[in-house]
Amino acid sequence: MIAHSVFFYIFSLIAIISAVMVTVSKNTVHSVFFLILDFFSISCLFIMIGAEFLGMIMLIVYVGAVAVLFLFVVMMLNVAEQKGQWFSSRWDGGTHIPIGLLVSLIIFFELIIVIGGWKYKPDLLNSLSINISNEVTNTRSIGNVLYTDYILLFQISGMILLVAMIGAIVLTYRERAGVKRQSYVKQISRERDEGVDLVEAEKNKGVKIDA
Amino acid sequence: MLSIGLGHYLTLAAIIFTIGVVGIFLNRKNVIVILMSIELILLAVNINLVAFSIFINDLGGQIFTLFILTVAAAEAAIGLAIIVVYFRNSDTIRVEEIKNLKG
Repeated sequence: MIAHSVFFYIFSLIAIISAVMVTVSKNTVHSVFFLILDFFSISCLFIMIGAEFLGMIMLIVYVGAVAVLFLFVVMMLNVAEQKGQWFSSRWDGGTHIPIGLLVSLIIFFELIIVIGGWKYKPDLLNSLSINISNEVTNTRSIGNVLYTDYILLFQISGMILLVAMIGAIVLTYRERAGVKRQSYVKQISRERDEGVDLVEAEKNKGVKIDA
Repeated sequence: MLSIGLGHYLTLAAIIFTIGVVGIFLNRKNVIVILMSIELILLAVNINLVAFSIFINDLGGQIFTLFILTVAAAEAAIGLAIIVVYFRNSDTIRVEEIKNLKG
């Protein structure tokens, strides 16, 4: 129990510090690295409290795909270095920083009040839908309900991913001028008459080929 | 203090959520950091769902987290594609210089 709480505090401290660094650091590449660290420590927390499958999926999806995508875009757009820009607000006289901090503080205290208040709802435990049993592993129990009760949602989420993929490709696609492309229709519909030319060759003259 | 309960996880999620909101408000650098703050907010929501799922012994929260993960990945892909297109058109993604959307 002691070890559990010690590791909880370590990982949550790393998560909070790296979340702060994501928003604060001047270099966007460093922000992406701190985002990766944040996801990593949160997935360690997930594994610690017994949601192993989600922790591993978190590592694979976020660290392996999303964060690398962010890193790709940051490096491709060459916007990493920001030349001493640190919360400067030249244009609107700097009113957004105190207002933003105020709104965030209000949100934080509202969340804290909600955390304190949910205890006074005793019928929360009676509304269980899917019990977690201790005999089967986490991955297996997720699979048991994901492919039976939630199969429709599962397929819809697959459609969402497909639409996102098509949308990303369509958005970033651009027609370049002066690029030679293969035309399959032209290649396949080529006849013998336009491809082969029979020439009567004279002796010692050779054949002149028109390009 | 030493035994970790649901409240600890919810407090952690609240702190990370607030940091994400602060990141959206304070950011003047580029839109990519705003997208990262949105990822932080989604992460906080995921922590909440998983913590409730474990502590009240209900698997539904973890299933829901899986779908949130899917939608977050799709959202990141689309958002980054939009940013790439915008950068190609106007050579900047600094927040204070983006004003094409003003009517």
